[in-house]
Amino acid sequence: MQTLLSHIRPATARLTPGRAVVVAMLLGPLVGAVLALGSVAAEEANVVTIDNFTFTAPELTVAVGTTVKWVNHDDIPHTVVDKNKAFRSKAMDTDDAFSFTFASAGTFDYFCGLHPHMVGKIIVK
Amino acid sequence: MAKRGLDDHGKGLGRREVLECMVWAGTGVLWTVSGGIPHSVGLIGEAAAAEPTGFTFLQMSDSHIGFDKAANPDALGTLREAVAKVKAMPMKPSFIIHTGDITHLSKPAEFDNADKVFGETGVQIHWVPGEHDIIDEDRGKAYLERYGKGSKGAGWYSFDDHGVHFIGLVNVVDLKGGGLGNFGAEQLAWLEADLKDKSNSTPIVVFAHIPLQVVYKEWGWGTEDGTRALELLKRFGSVTVLNGHIHQLVQKVEGNMTFHTAMSTAFPQPAPGSAPSPGPMLLPADQLRTKLGLSKVTVVQGNKPLAFVDTTLA
Repeated sequence: MQTLLSHIRPATARLTPGRAVVVAMLLGPLVGAVLALGSVAAEEANVVTIDNFTFTAPELTVAVGTTVKWVNHDDIPHTVVDKNKAFRSKAMDTDDAFSFTFASAGTFDYFCGLHPHMVGKIIVK
Repeated sequence: MAKRGLDDHGKGLGRREVLECMVWAGTGVLWTVSGGIPHSVGLIGEAAAAEPTGFTFLQMSDSHIGFDKAANPDALGTLREAVAKVKAMPMKPSFIIHTGDITHLSKPAEFDNADKVFGETGVQIHWVPGEHDIIDEDRGKAYLERYGKGSKGAGWYSFDDHGVHFIGLVNVVDLKGGGLGNFGAEQLAWLEADLKDKSNSTPIVVFAHIPLQVVYKEWGWGTEDGTRALELLKRFGSVTVLNGHIHQLVQKVEGNMTFHTAMSTAFPQPAPGSAPSPGPMLLPADQLRTKLGLSKVTVVQGNKPLAFVDTTLA
């Protein structure tokens, strides 16, 4: 990103004000898209999805202070309940999400309170 | 269909020893289950003959009011169709047993809509909650306020009618990670006390949402401590276990116990292991109603105490 911008700046400096606006209009969405991709990738790393009554990834390792988000993609509501009661979501209907910030290290075994055969684990280091 | 071919385990039980269960499935084929061996007996036949006698009750299940996904965008509409079938019955059942998942998300409006449509039957309803009925903020308070009068704990109770002892149990509360449905020690202690003074010849009907027996562990279709409840029931000459949850008919006869799960009135679920998950099964619109329905149970005093007639909405 830095390299790309450093190449652009001298080029835009030589442009007339009118041309600079055109270039900015063309580059704007591109830069925006690159930034968006970056944030999606960072977010996905801490997202657990629920599809077909399964937590994916079933085991996730995160740093202390990380917020993990669960998203339900099923047509059936699910919940996320920590075995040791550290967290418990409300029922998540289709596309609903639940987030929890892990403030301390440890292993958190969790399950769906409605379908307890669904299990997952968050390891906080 | 008298007492042939059935082992009474040398107990010399005074009442009937054969349970006959007849299913009129979507295909219109009538099945008789005798001593655990199902065989087809053709259309209607004995089921029709058994219909006018004795005392009847109806099992309805898994209405999932509020469900609006592709598998059935109108769960209230299909419940209305089921209720219309009840209203059209020539002889009204004595009552209805609803084996849970009245609503999809435990919302007040969902309960309201369910109550309104079920109310049109004009028949008393005995409820037990499904896991979808206890996902309100207070985890079951909404259900108990509406249906829990006179019940214990999370909503369990018993009553007697026509000499049959009915027991409504709750196996959807306080579920353990990695486990199945759950009764818990308090409810099992209550069940033991409830059965204590009942003679072995009292016919027992037990109903709960999740199957008591393990139908398919991988999908959580069973009750962790279900066998402990069945242990308490095994001395009785006639035990019928009615469940919902799996949105399809499964029937099994084991000794003096008959297990029956009901169809949903909302959406079907796949047969165990036949799909990646137990989620709603998407069918062509013209086939949906062959997989939804209700079960009528006839209690015949004599040698055919309980007969099931399952009716689809098709």
